[in-house]
Amino acid sequence: MPKDFGIGASSKRREDVRFLTGAGRYTDDINLPGQAYAAILRSPVAHARINALDTSAARAAPGVLLVLTGADVEAVGGLPCGWLIHSRDGSPMKEPKHPILAHGKVRHVGDPVALVVAETYAQARDAAEMIEMDLAELPAVIDMRKALKDGAGDVHEDAPGNLCYDWTFGTPQEETDAAFASAAHVTTLELINNRLVANPMEPRAAIGDYARHSGEHTLYTTSQNPHVIRLLMGAFVLGIPEHKLRVVAPDVGGGFGTKIYHYAEEALVTLAAKQINRPVKWTSERAEAFISDAQGRDHVTKIELALDAEGKFLALRTDTLANMGAYLSTFASSIPTYLHGTLMAGNYLTPKITVNVRAVFTNTVPVDAYRGAGRPEATYQLERVIDQAARELGLDPIELRRKNFIPADRFPYATPVAVEYDTGNYAATMDKLVEISDRAGFEARKTESAKRGKLRGFGVASYIEACGLAPSRLAGQLGARAGLFESAQVRVNAAGGVVVWTGTHSHGQGHETTFAQVVADMLGLPEDQIEIVHGDTSKGSMGMGTYGSRSLSVGGSAIVNATKKVIEKARKIAAHLMEASAEDVAFENGQFTVKGTDRSVAFGEVALAAYVPHNYPLEELEPGLEEQAFYDPSNFTYPAGAYACEVEVDPDTGKVEVLGFWAADDFGNVVNPMIVEGQVQGGVAQGIGQALLESCVYDETGQLLTGTYMDYAMPRATDIPMIGVDHSCQTPCTHNPLGVKGCGEAGAIGSPPALVNAVLDALNAGGHKVAHVDMPLSPARVWAAMRDAAA
Amino acid sequence: MYSLDFVRPASLAEAVTALQAEDALPLGGGQTLIPALRQRLAMPGRVVALAALPELVGLRVEGGEIRIRGATPHARVAAEAPLPALARLAGGIGDPAVRHRGTIGGSLANNDPAACWPAAVLGLGGVVRVRGLAGPREIAADAWFRGLFDTDLRAGEIVTEVRLPLPLAAAYVRFRQPASRFALAGVFVARFAGGRVRVAVTGASASGVYRWTEAEQLLASDFSPGALAPLCVSAEGMLADVQAPADYRAHLVKVIACRAVAEAASGRTACG
Repeated sequence: MPKDFGIGASSKRREDVRFLTGAGRYTDDINLPGQAYAAILRSPVAHARINALDTSAARAAPGVLLVLTGADVEAVGGLPCGWLIHSRDGSPMKEPKHPILAHGKVRHVGDPVALVVAETYAQARDAAEMIEMDLAELPAVIDMRKALKDGAGDVHEDAPGNLCYDWTFGTPQEETDAAFASAAHVTTLELINNRLVANPMEPRAAIGDYARHSGEHTLYTTSQNPHVIRLLMGAFVLGIPEHKLRVVAPDVGGGFGTKIYHYAEEALVTLAAKQINRPVKWTSERAEAFISDAQGRDHVTKIELALDAEGKFLALRTDTLANMGAYLSTFASSIPTYLHGTLMAGNYLTPKITVNVRAVFTNTVPVDAYRGAGRPEATYQLERVIDQAARELGLDPIELRRKNFIPADRFPYATPVAVEYDTGNYAATMDKLVEISDRAGFEARKTESAKRGKLRGFGVASYIEACGLAPSRLAGQLGARAGLFESAQVRVNAAGGVVVWTGTHSHGQGHETTFAQVVADMLGLPEDQIEIVHGDTSKGSMGMGTYGSRSLSVGGSAIVNATKKVIEKARKIAAHLMEASAEDVAFENGQFTVKGTDRSVAFGEVALAAYVPHNYPLEELEPGLEEQAFYDPSNFTYPAGAYACEVEVDPDTGKVEVLGFWAADDFGNVVNPMIVEGQVQGGVAQGIGQALLESCVYDETGQLLTGTYMDYAMPRATDIPMIGVDHSCQTPCTHNPLGVKGCGEAGAIGSPPALVNAVLDALNAGGHKVAHVDMPLSPARVWAAMRDAAA
Repeated sequence: MYSLDFVRPASLAEAVTALQAEDALPLGGGQTLIPALRQRLAMPGRVVALAALPELVGLRVEGGEIRIRGATPHARVAAEAPLPALARLAGGIGDPAVRHRGTIGGSLANNDPAACWPAAVLGLGGVVRVRGLAGPREIAADAWFRGLFDTDLRAGEIVTEVRLPLPLAAAYVRFRQPASRFALAGVFVARFAGGRVRVAVTGASASGVYRWTEAEQLLASDFSPGALAPLCVSAEGMLADVQAPADYRAHLVKVIACRAVAEAASGRTACG
């Protein structure tokens, strides 16, 4: 029977009550007394020298309180990049300054040029339009392949040739090449991982506030990691010590990675608030989000897989161009390298793997992590090339995968690309997938489709991801400039309620429910006695936030450890109250008991004693019941699984209909099955978006052609089929106390290759010899692929 | 949005008068104008709201025609139109919020090259009635649609009614653009007494909605999808954008036209 409480129970999401009744409090809901409004003038062109900015009319416009341009903030630090990558020759990556307002040049459409603060937003916007920009346009560098050629022009003078780094990883190239030379078969694919716009439902917003009496700055912002913003903005950009800077990230309406980064607007409102001594609010419009939120993916890859005569993988080599956009966003450099190259082994025993990545500057919006971040790019190319190899060799794609899976008895398994998988059972998730997707019934369904003139296809993809970012020591060796631990505080109140502070941040994931289940389970208290607090640097000491499916595995582990400390202290108090030795005191279901006796004391009584220490071991123990833990994992976690997709293609129009999606995931232990299921379904929906609909496209001058929902195709409910989710294959993580692996990104990682493989199966089975179609598989592209195959 | 004067007239006559100001624009359901205003892409000094005028809302059958008043929202047409092809067309526009705001007059005055209404009005050979200071005018559909976002509507005039002759059979089939869900290609086919056939295509051409006369001629003698087999649609003059190149739209026109004919011929109405 499913549990109705604590770990393993599908407790209802407590946060949904406020979200669904309009009681959520998002950044834009906050209005401070005397608040002024900011508008940002953004570059209308992709690349230009700024000859002059005439702000006189704007400064004189009604209601205007402040106008700032690049010249006014020249002394302010650039937005920092948190990960240093070294090129194959040992040189550090090119890291041009990322100013909070463009100075000298603008480098992408949307690059902030000036800040205008006024009494109302309309006044600020009116005044911003009065600023005269004298821009000398330069040739825009848009296409990555052209950007690396001579004469392309430079996005940055200090990154000539537009190359940020040229990185190689894994098996030495000669060894891999030698394996290729001896291979019975080599399959090659060239593919594009399409650029995406994250499009969280809530656009970004920021409010700067300055308290003259204390000299303290407060920034309210739509962030996935307020402490990280405090650290980056305080230490690197504005020079505000952390004790004078508070960052609050209240309810946040979706992040998907794009709200990890420190953005110029956060620094600008903080700076402006002090200058005019009034709170300053900026709220992004949707059109502004399209040209200022960091975007995702955008890789161009050639991947080659070498196989022996039996279909065993011998070697893999990849060559990828990764688009950085115009500036290095906070984690941009790490995505195509350590979050991508390290995953190229996938679920397979491939002995030789060499990954080459060149990161390229272009005159486009910066690119950074988007749900999955590097791992979807790795999984996509690998699972596509395996499917193509199966087609070329006439093998069943599922059998080819099974033949090469890392067997369940080979864990821990060290890959040729630096990471060591702790646990897994990839054959088990594939077996489960075949079962839940009724693969056996596919042929009958295909025949039925054929009767209606439709091409039906079935595709699978396995995936693995490294999450639970991250072991700090390893990350540091790989170039991370920050630690990646998590912290938690557990405060038991005198009357019994428990307040848990976590350094992670919930922006849709349901942490307030899941984390409360963990603590309630450990303390034997009702879940409603546990309050989860996050998102305010003044309420907890330090936190690294939420991304990389890390919240439960890293943040939850910190909570477990802090709760254990609470229990240990409470045990001593209970022992004193029961006049027993602490070793003899057991704790279960919220009751301390002396083993072998009927003496017991409830957790609440112990809590009260801790704060009313009349009968208390004051000589040995401090009063109070509040503990803190910092947790730094010893390894990543490695969720893995297998996804299947079934599609129908209309051969007359190329339209793809997704008929079914199934996910068999191994997330290790699961705290709240309902929330996990929702995370997977949401991820699959985003994966369907990437594979079928979404694409961020610039023209050759750098203008965004997909800057509204009229042109940027977001998935709608009607595009998403029922998604069958199973997480019963569980190989618990061996190195965190909950045995959990993380589930936030899996859906977005496993689904795109499964969908594309399904479409290619439909086309090829229908007689259209098509090796590959780049995402998104729009009707026009699929139709053109069929036409070209026929020609 | 820039600041502007919002005028809510009490009558059609008042609305026409209010529209005579130099930088005034009529506001129907606002499904195009409001987003343009919000993005500061339009800056009228005055907008004149038409949607609440009772004399501009409603539809009825009279004299063998369906007469739909200008500010009638799509949802109302979807619920009440006696011609299934029209009801389905209206019921397939946008989403429920759009259909309860957006109006037929607004759509016809805007003449978006991917909109559905122009295909129906041209495909049925309707008449658009407008009213300006000089009084009412009637413009045949063939003269009304003049190209991309261009119509015969003159400044200061309001679309008051659309009159659509009732055909023997009709169908509208639309293939949706993946992002906007407007028509990537939409074809309205209508067959009238005497074998006369009209075929109007929206979404595909760079010059907006148009009549496919070659198809009309072939269908007049053989109203079946097979009749279109000899035709090949040229990609020249077709729209091309990030969603679809011109050759795809040209291909779709024929595929969708065949489907529309099949549907009209069968008397069945499928979802667009």
